[in-house]
Amino acid sequence: MMAMPSNESIDVESIKKDFPIFKIRMAGKPLVYLDSAATSQKPQQVIDSIVKYYSEYNANIHRGIYEIAERATEEYTNSKAKLAKLIGAKGIENIVYVRNTTEAINLVAISWGNANVNKGDHILISDMEHHSNIVPWQLLERRKGAVLDYIKLDSGNERLDMESFKENLEKDPKIVAITHASNVLGTINDVKYITREAKKHGAVVLIDGAQSAPHMPVDVGSIGCDFFALSGHKMLGPTGIGALYGTEEILDSMEPLFGGGDMISAVTRQTYSWNSLPWKFEAGTSNIEGGIAFGAAIDYLNNVGMERIHRHEAELTRYALESLEGIKNIEVYGPKKEDIAVKSGVISFGIKGVHPHDVAQIFNSEGIAIRAGHHCAMPLVTEVLNKGAVSRMSFYLYNSREDIDKAVAAIGKVKKIFKIKE
Amino acid sequence: MDFYVEELIDNYEHPHNKGKLEHANAEFHGHNPVCGDDLTLYLDIEDGVVKDVKFDGDGCSISVASASMLTDAIKGKRIEDIEKMGFDDLKKIIGIDPGPVRLHCATLSLKALKGAVFLYEHKPMDAETKKL
Ligand SMILES: Cc1ncc(COP(=O)(O)O)c(C=O)c1O
Repeated sequence: MMAMPSNESIDVESIKKDFPIFKIRMAGKPLVYLDSAATSQKPQQVIDSIVKYYSEYNANIHRGIYEIAERATEEYTNSKAKLAKLIGAKGIENIVYVRNTTEAINLVAISWGNANVNKGDHILISDMEHHSNIVPWQLLERRKGAVLDYIKLDSGNERLDMESFKENLEKDPKIVAITHASNVLGTINDVKYITREAKKHGAVVLIDGAQSAPHMPVDVGSIGCDFFALSGHKMLGPTGIGALYGTEEILDSMEPLFGGGDMISAVTRQTYSWNSLPWKFEAGTSNIEGGIAFGAAIDYLNNVGMERIHRHEAELTRYALESLEGIKNIEVYGPKKEDIAVKSGVISFGIKGVHPHDVAQIFNSEGIAIRAGHHCAMPLVTEVLNKGAVSRMSFYLYNSREDIDKAVAAIGKVKKIFKIKE
Repeated sequence: MDFYVEELIDNYEHPHNKGKLEHANAEFHGHNPVCGDDLTLYLDIEDGVVKDVKFDGDGCSISVASASMLTDAIKGKRIEDIEKMGFDDLKKIIGIDPGPVRLHCATLSLKALKGAVFLYEHKPMDAETKKL
């Protein structure tokens, strides 16, 4: 695929040709994939990069003094350089490869948390977090006897309540860990502001970028956060590769989670010295194919352009919200179309009188993949929205207005089957 | 796959035997994490026979309709016969094959039913029931 000028809109048809999955049929219909918030589809370029690594230069990385080992090392390291550039990090020393966002957050909660959080200290998260940005802190809370606080949502359950944020900051939390974009509400949080305010109270800041890094330009430097976590599989890469961004200062201060090969520079019987960043955190043979393929995914995203992907999704989201507006007996959660600037391409909804799993099942019969459930955000879904489950559609660069039209038609089918008026 | 047949939808919208059974002498609470279905089944057992049965809770169409049809089907049955019931019996009662994804939605009420019976008899739940 050729690089496109950034002001033009996305040519979905030509993008779709790069994703072999769209050749399949689901329930006998062409696949409409509206579940990219769970995981994205993969372009041929990413799939090929894995085959290429294994068939042309498979070798372990680091210390190999022969051509294919050098090439593997270079491709793996380059992938980190590409990611650093994509998210505005200074360099590869800031990029620790892990399995996914969950592992990145756990690394911080264990390594940084164990050394810095003590009895009675506060940890601040919010009511719109994914379990992966809740449970690691609950574990830390228990280990240390710390106190976990939650920023509330506003009265419409759309955004974080800034009053609640400020009240909680008065407790001088040791760390503030907040999602950049909610995987249920689609809310894009003002993480720059949150970071600035949190820093005034001396807090360390972690941003869960699982739902932002794939969909919009991110600049960790301008956000000013200490940590930023993301998953490769949600941004065209394979599963099993993700990253923890950290400032050099904070990563330097931390102990590695695992000890072993590659993470040390020297070992004697009595002592060891750590390898330089970021390798200190990557013990043992890395997910080399994953790193390399993630690099190919970033190339693909750059070719299309993050700014343009974001604009494309914002347009689709506005179109979808407008389309849903006219439908009776449907409830849509999260920011509305007037607030499109703080809404990502994630729309959760409910049809009155129909269980979300029945909605998803009927969508499936139309070849449309959506997700239904608590979306690993149970405090938000069950305690704040007060639902057992919600249905969710989420968009990416390969989605079009036609996909949304099909989803709207499927809602019609659901209502017909369940005899819901209009 | 089209299991959204008329009978199922009717049983979902107007479930039979729904509510709490006041004079129950056995009950069992079941939960299906896949759909978040939540169901309590109440039995009134007399001389080894199901005199009355009700269920209460919330769930998807498959779980509610299956509970509705199953409770209809077991009234007057002997509890030894209920002990032996399996997935195939349930399929006959609900008239559809729920498929692998929605399997546990369908079987939740059967699990709760057998759970209540085993509890009543002070017997451990058998392996078959645990798998439902
Ligand atoms: C906001 C958010 N955080 C964290 C995660 C966890 O990502 P992973 O499962 O790749 O670790 C997700 C995934 O759904 C998410 O949406």
